[in-house]
Amino acid sequence: MFEAILLTVMTAATPLVIAALGELVTERSGVLNLGVEGMMIMGAVCAFATAHMTGSPYLGILAGIGGGALFSLLFGFLTLTLVANQVATGLALTILGLGVSGQLGESFVGLAGTKLQPIVFPVLSDIPFIGRVLFAQDLIFYLSIVLIIGVNWFLFKSRTGLKMRAIGDNHGSAHALGINVVRTRYLAVLFGGACAGLAGAQLSLVYTPQWVENMSAGRGWIALALVVFASWRPWRILAGGYLFGAVTIGQLHAQAFGVGIPSQFLSALPYAATIVVLVIISHNRRTTLINTPASLGKPFVPDR
Amino acid sequence: MKKLIIALAASAAVLGGMSGAAQAQEKTKVCFIYVGPKTDGGWTQAHDIGRQALEKALGDKIETAFLENVPEGPDAERAIERMARSNCAMIYTTSFGFMDATVKVAAKFPKVKFEHATGFKASENVATYNSRFYEGRYIQGQIAAKMSKKGLAGYIASFPIPEVVMGINAFELGAKSVNPDFKIKVVWANTWADPGKEADAAKALVDQGVDILTQHTDTTAPIQVAAERGIMAFGQASDMIAAGPKTQLTAIVDTWGPYYIKRTKAALDGTWKSEQIWDGLKDGILTMAPYTNMPDDVKAMAEETEAKIKSGELHPFTGPIKKQDGSEWLKAGEKAEDGVLLGMNFYVEGVDDKLPK
Repeated sequence: MFEAILLTVMTAATPLVIAALGELVTERSGVLNLGVEGMMIMGAVCAFATAHMTGSPYLGILAGIGGGALFSLLFGFLTLTLVANQVATGLALTILGLGVSGQLGESFVGLAGTKLQPIVFPVLSDIPFIGRVLFAQDLIFYLSIVLIIGVNWFLFKSRTGLKMRAIGDNHGSAHALGINVVRTRYLAVLFGGACAGLAGAQLSLVYTPQWVENMSAGRGWIALALVVFASWRPWRILAGGYLFGAVTIGQLHAQAFGVGIPSQFLSALPYAATIVVLVIISHNRRTTLINTPASLGKPFVPDR
Repeated sequence: MKKLIIALAASAAVLGGMSGAAQAQEKTKVCFIYVGPKTDGGWTQAHDIGRQALEKALGDKIETAFLENVPEGPDAERAIERMARSNCAMIYTTSFGFMDATVKVAAKFPKVKFEHATGFKASENVATYNSRFYEGRYIQGQIAAKMSKKGLAGYIASFPIPEVVMGINAFELGAKSVNPDFKIKVVWANTWADPGKEADAAKALVDQGVDILTQHTDTTAPIQVAAERGIMAFGQASDMIAAGPKTQLTAIVDTWGPYYIKRTKAALDGTWKSEQIWDGLKDGILTMAPYTNMPDDVKAMAEETEAKIKSGELHPFTGPIKKQDGSEWLKAGEKAEDGVLLGMNFYVEGVDDKLPK
C-alpha cells in the first residue's frame, strides 16, 4: 500500500522536478522564462505525436525535448537578441504554446497512447521495498535523478557553471570580464526548454499516455513556484517536488479513505503547504538573497 | 518589439480561441461556449458533435461559432458578452458554472436567445436544458454490483454540485438494487479535465481496494488506469471504448445534436420560448454505449433496466430510500420530484464519503 502510494507520488513529482530544474538553470543565468507551461505542453504534444506515429516512446522523448527546446528558442530570440521584456514574452509563450499545441494535437485526441515501459534492473530491483521503487522505473525518472546530480555539479563544481552564475548575478561585470553573456544565456534558455519538453513528454508518455488539450493543467506554473521554493538550489527542487506530489496524492488517499475532511480543503493543501514553506524559507532574508540571481529578469544590451 | 508581442498574443488568442466563424452576413449566427477543449474526448466533445450536427442540418440558414476553454466564474461573463456582441442570435452555454454569467449577460441582451445547460436559473430569454444522466448512472450501478467481486466501487467526482451528487446517488441506488451491501468510495478531483489528477485519483481508489471505477470527470485517464490495473470502468459523456477496449463496460453518451437542431429551428421560425427542459433516455438526448466486456446475463439485465426507464416503468429515485444518516427520504413507492433532484445536496445510504459543503 505504502509502496503503491510512493510510486504514484513519484509519477506525479517527476515532471515538476524536471521542468523546475530546467527553469532553475535558466534563472541562474539571469533569465526569467515564465513560458514553462507553454514549453511543457509543446513537449507533450510533440512526444505524443511522434510516439504514436513511430510506435517508439523513446523517439517520442527525443521529440518532446526537441519541441520544448525549439519553442524556447523563440523566447531566447525575443528576449536575448531583441531584448524584449522577459515577463511579457514568457506569458505570451505560454498562451502561444497552449494554442499551438491544441492545433497540432487536434488529430491525436482520443487515440491510444504509447506508454513508456519501465526499465527494470535485475538483482537491484529485487531488494525489498526500495528495489521496486527505485530500480523498476521508466527512463524519464532515472533522467530526473541524473539531471539533478548533473546540474548540481555543473552549477557549483564546474568552471562554466561558475561563469554562468556570475552572469546571473551581474551581467555587466561578467560582460566586462569577457564572458559571452548572450551565448551563455541562449544555452541556459535552451536547456530550460529541453527540460520543460522532457517534462511534457513524461505527461503524455508515462503519467497519462494520451493527448488532451491543456493536459499540463498548470504544472508549468507549479514548476516555476518550485524554483523559488527551492531558493535556486537543485536538491531542494527534488525535496519540494516530492513534498508537493506527496501532499497532492496524500489528499486523494485521505478522501478515498474517508477521513471526513472537506475535499476543497484537502485539494488546497498542496498549495497551502507550498506557501507555508515559502514563508519559512524567506524568513531568513540573508540566505535567500545569497542564492537569488541578482540580474534575474533584467534586460542585457551588450556594448552600450 | 511591442508590436511583435501583440502580434504573438493575438495569434495565440486566435489559435486558442475562436475559430470556425465564417463571415457570411444573412445567416443566423448560433454560438457555443465550452468549458473545455472541443476535443476533450468527453463532455465538451459531445457538445461539439452536437454543434456539428446542427451545422449539417441547418447549414443553409445558420452558421456556428464557439469559444473553447472558457473558465467558469467571472471570466465566463466576459466571454459570453463577447459572443453576444458579435451578432450571435442564439448562445448555448454548456457548463453548470456558466449559470450566473449567462443570466447576467442575458439581461443586457434581451434580443439574444440563451440556452444554459444543466443549470436551474431561467428568465425571459434564458432557457435551460439538461439530460437525465442519472438514468444512465443507475444502469451503471446495477452493472457494477454484478461485476464487482468486492462490492466496492470507486467514484471520481468533479465538483459537489447537485448534478454530480445526483449521479453518485443514482449509481449507489442502482448497485443496491442488485447487492444491498454495495458501497462506493468517492474522491473529489475538483476539476473537470486534468488527466494527471484524474489518473492520480483513480490510482488512489484502486490502491484502496475498489475493483470497479466510474467517473464524473471528462478525460479518459481513469479508464486508462483501470485498464492498466486490470479492473473494469465506465465511460463518461462520450463513448470511451478506444481508451479501454477490454475495460469499458458501457458509457453514458450525451447526444445533444437533436436537441440543438430542435431548439435552433424554433428560434428560426419564431416559436422559441424560454423553457426548462429535462430530457432523458427515452428522448434520445442520452444514450448508452454498447454493453461490452460483461457476461450475457448482466447485459440482459442492463438492457431490461434501460427499456424500463425508457417506458417510464422504472424511476431510479423511487422509495423506500434512506438518506446517508439513516433518516427516511422517500416512502415506499414515492418518486422523487424533479425540483428536489435538481437541488440535491445529500447522499443516500451506502455512500462512503462525507459530502463537501
